[in-house]
Amino acid sequence: MTDLPLLSVLIFLPLAGCLLLLPVWNCRVSARPIALGVALIELALAAWLYASWRGLSTIPAQLPGYLLQEDAAWIPAFGIRYTLGLDGISLLMVMLTAFTFCVALTVSWNSITEKTGLFLTLMLVMESGIMGVFLALDLALFYLFWEVMLIPMFFLIGVWGHGRRIYSTIKFFLFTMFGSLLMLLAIVALHLTHAQQTGVATFGLHELLGTQIAPETQLWLFGAFFLAFAIKFPLFPLHTWLPDAHTDAPTAGSVILAGLLLKTGSYGLIRFGYPLFPQAAQTLTPLLYALAVIGIIYASLVAFAQEDMKRLIAYSSIGHMGFVAIGIAAWQPVALSGSIIQMANHGVTTGALFCLVGMLDERAHTRDIRAFGGLWGKIPRYSFFFLFFSLASLGLPGLNNFVGEFLVLVGTMKKAPLVAALAFVGIVLTLVYTVRLVQEVLFQEERQPLPLADLSLREFSLLVVLALLDLWMGVHPAPLLDMIHLPVQLLTGTP
Amino acid sequence: MFDYVWLIPFFPLVGFLINGFFGKKIKNEAVIGAIGTLAIFSSFIVSCLILVEMIGLSPEKRVFEKVVFPWIHSGNFKADMAFLLDPLSCIMIMVVTGVGSLIHLYSIGYMHGEEGFYRFFAYLNLFCMSMLLLVLGSNMLVMFIGWEGVGLCSYLLIGYYFHKKSAGDAAKKAFVMNRVGDFGFLIGLFTLYWWLGSNHNIWTINFTEIKAASHLLPYGGVVTVATLCFFVGATGKSAQIPLFTWLPDAMEGPTPVSALIHAATMVTAGVYMIGRMSFVFIKSPETMMVVACVGAATAIFAATIGTAQNDIKRVLAYSTVSQLGFMFLAMGVGAFTAGIFHLMTHAFFKACLFLGSGSVIHAMHYALHKGHLHDDAQDMRNMGGLKKAMPITFLTFFVSTIAIAGIPGFSGFFSKDEILWMAFANPLHGNLNILLWGTGAIAACFTAFYMFRLVFMTFFGECRINSKVKDHLHESPLVITIPLMVLGFLAVFGGYIGMPKLLGMLPNYFEHWLEPVFELAGEYGATYAHHGAHPSHAVEWALMGGSVVIALIGIAIAFTMYVQNTALPKKFTDTFPTLHRAVYNKWYIDELYDYAFVNPCKALGQFLWKGFDVLVIDGIVNGVAGVVMGCSGVFRYMQSGLIHNYAWSMAFGVVVMLGYYVFK
Repeated sequence: MTDLPLLSVLIFLPLAGCLLLLPVWNCRVSARPIALGVALIELALAAWLYASWRGLSTIPAQLPGYLLQEDAAWIPAFGIRYTLGLDGISLLMVMLTAFTFCVALTVSWNSITEKTGLFLTLMLVMESGIMGVFLALDLALFYLFWEVMLIPMFFLIGVWGHGRRIYSTIKFFLFTMFGSLLMLLAIVALHLTHAQQTGVATFGLHELLGTQIAPETQLWLFGAFFLAFAIKFPLFPLHTWLPDAHTDAPTAGSVILAGLLLKTGSYGLIRFGYPLFPQAAQTLTPLLYALAVIGIIYASLVAFAQEDMKRLIAYSSIGHMGFVAIGIAAWQPVALSGSIIQMANHGVTTGALFCLVGMLDERAHTRDIRAFGGLWGKIPRYSFFFLFFSLASLGLPGLNNFVGEFLVLVGTMKKAPLVAALAFVGIVLTLVYTVRLVQEVLFQEERQPLPLADLSLREFSLLVVLALLDLWMGVHPAPLLDMIHLPVQLLTGTP
Repeated sequence: MFDYVWLIPFFPLVGFLINGFFGKKIKNEAVIGAIGTLAIFSSFIVSCLILVEMIGLSPEKRVFEKVVFPWIHSGNFKADMAFLLDPLSCIMIMVVTGVGSLIHLYSIGYMHGEEGFYRFFAYLNLFCMSMLLLVLGSNMLVMFIGWEGVGLCSYLLIGYYFHKKSAGDAAKKAFVMNRVGDFGFLIGLFTLYWWLGSNHNIWTINFTEIKAASHLLPYGGVVTVATLCFFVGATGKSAQIPLFTWLPDAMEGPTPVSALIHAATMVTAGVYMIGRMSFVFIKSPETMMVVACVGAATAIFAATIGTAQNDIKRVLAYSTVSQLGFMFLAMGVGAFTAGIFHLMTHAFFKACLFLGSGSVIHAMHYALHKGHLHDDAQDMRNMGGLKKAMPITFLTFFVSTIAIAGIPGFSGFFSKDEILWMAFANPLHGNLNILLWGTGAIAACFTAFYMFRLVFMTFFGECRINSKVKDHLHESPLVITIPLMVLGFLAVFGGYIGMPKLLGMLPNYFEHWLEPVFELAGEYGATYAHHGAHPSHAVEWALMGGSVVIALIGIAIAFTMYVQNTALPKKFTDTFPTLHRAVYNKWYIDELYDYAFVNPCKALGQFLWKGFDVLVIDGIVNGVAGVVMGCSGVFRYMQSGLIHNYAWSMAFGVVVMLGYYVFK
């Protein structure tokens, strides 16, 4: 199976799937299984890669730490190559991507009734784009995928969203485009600097790694990358697009936004930002710490004041991603492993919470916390999962989020004890608003007589899978930690 | 048998899974109750077997570690899912599974007919599993799973009557305060881990390994920081000043929960944790002093509040806080054995007291229900004279009260007297000892007073319940009274395994048993102990006599006020209305916390969202968007979609470019 260009397959299979959708464009019933089928094949591929990563790591003649690589000339005039590479970190992200798309397609099975063909196409295009972002090792290629993954999201929110969806789309668009354009400038500048120094025109990450850049220039270039990634993260104070985008996006959009799009920011910082500009990154580390800590505490306090469940979870996302940011800022093996694991954990847990809120929204047509209450007695199965994922989200040991947050804090404690201590304040606040959510929605007396049915079989099976995954990553994270061990060591330079 | 130690938390886990996921389908209360009870009882059997096997070993071999599977390995950081068996954890598993089994049994009767019966047993099993992980964990992180797990179960069980807002609020409060404590626990863990790692290249959070490396730790300094952080964790879990206000509110939960979680097991976790890390704590004289002072202060502070409460369970709750204070006092003066001993005897008599109060409430409920009355079934002012109607409950309650009051011959006497004696005679705190002992002694006096006040108000005198329903009062069924009798028996005789040497009738088995655990701490303590004149036996006898007299004084006051001259309490509150109001309202600590922390946080959240997020940040962004829109308003004339416009523009462009090249 290793003779196949597997990475290209991972990227282009969903695009090919779009072609399959064409004949059944207007037939919702047959289009859905095709899209899900494609997503499942992707998942199977990712699972196969995971099952065989140890074997792949023994294949010689590769960049250190990489399991699979593909390389071909693409636009020789500018030295742009089609370079893909898979290491432990990207494998984890690929798995998360493949899985999240299955979740998103399943959860929106019945809820998307208009223009289903277009919806599914956009989903598959987005999957291609995100896979590409996690696999590209050529900066020009990376930028291409980065844009490809964004455009479907605009439509997703703009067409199938609710509330002030146009406003949210434009806001999302403005923020992200601003960041990407700056990043494009920085990429080109980096390319030119390298060409000037060595006479070799290249966009390849591993060629560019050795570029000598004047400290001041480095600061500017890193600043541009940093801004692009910080918006995606999102870091305070660039976060305000997220609550709006989440609130108005359809459930599938929220799941992908939280599960994957935010991760591209942190992934970019780990893969490109820090390794390309080590000195500048070092200089700006205090800034990253500060923004992350402020973000954690700030988002938690604001989450406490929310009445819209989706908004609340969106703010909680900002807080959780703050931990990822802290771990990256520490740039230390334990903390960085924690960050990477936390990226996956957050994707699964928050994705599940968005699914749950979406399910409630479909039934009650409101997400106002004040409308609910007493669900525990009314729809016990739903309530169980709601409680379960809330607990995972607030970092209960034994469930997944704890592992990531804990490792981040262990690692950071040494380098920046004050940051770790302040982040703990965030952990306490996280508990406060999460428990409030649980309390108001699940417990107490019912406030409005809403027509609520308990979970359907489709929803139930989806949540069971998510819950088992949460539990597995919480109780036995060792294999995943093992998988990212080597790349993390190489990145942080601590053999 | 040691290899099967994982079975101990495993059985309750199975019970939880069965009842949690299928309980609703099983429906039959007997089956659900039996599954829950058998699950924890099986753990008890395994614990007994392990205890027997350990007794057979020589003291230095009584340490065993079992790695079940690797959990988190990342870089230098390594935490396995592993269990530690030693004399200390052995005592703890015996208490948890033993008292736990009795309370499960009791719950079958007490929770009869409650909606969500299966849910209750599922939670109870989950709690036992977490608690067993806590005491068996061989490293700090496994302990921490249990530590948080019991917090979660406590949350779920306090909020068992989830429709009630007050129950939900109490549950939330408990969870949050515990989390504040956890903050300390983890920071302490990190500090110790990094210090040992970066200074001595010993990267570990394993208790045995830390113990082996403990000679490398300095006295004071970083150890003070770490241990103070751990102690913050202990104050949260064990309801000490300043994080104690959640425990009285936790009485919103069903009574068996109060007995198991909020008296016998979970709240003692902080004491156990200090015992588990005694060799670290003792290395910081400062922390030891803080622990002792906080313990003594909590003991007396909670005891004063206990004297003015009218809700039977609230009195017991404050009593628990106060008794936990005694345990911390013991830990703080280096009397680790005495602290653990009091933990055990307290588990017996306080569980018995709580279950007894449950039995009373149960009877009151039934009677009031029969008479269609809505009086408060937990208010002692509605009770009185119950001893005739409920002889078994009364008897077991009474002996437990004697035990907690510290009357010689009963279990509480041995443990409490040992603590007070060590507070006086320990070599660690110099002149502070007198103060510690004095505070403890006065708290003991209060204890005797409020406990006998409770007994007199509940069981003695005339019956104050509405006369219509008096005849409906009756003794609880056997499933409730059997646990009461067992616990009552232990409350009386459980103390004899740890008799002070002074009395010399029996060897102090308990101390010998724990000696290998606390030996090292003793050695470290001796290095900085004050070598003053060791108090003589005569002093010890005098103090022992003194503490008995103190207890008797407390009882006598209670007797005068609540049996002989029942008008006295009223007269007292009328004379000192402010004092009474302050004590009754728990010295307004809750209000203070609301004012200082809760309200500002709420307001800040609102402000940041509406003020900063929406106004400032979005204001800037929307301003930019407005400018863009404005520009696009101009530019859209360029994209009218009309071909001739484009053609004209193109022609114009060509002309301009040509012109440029021509006239260059």
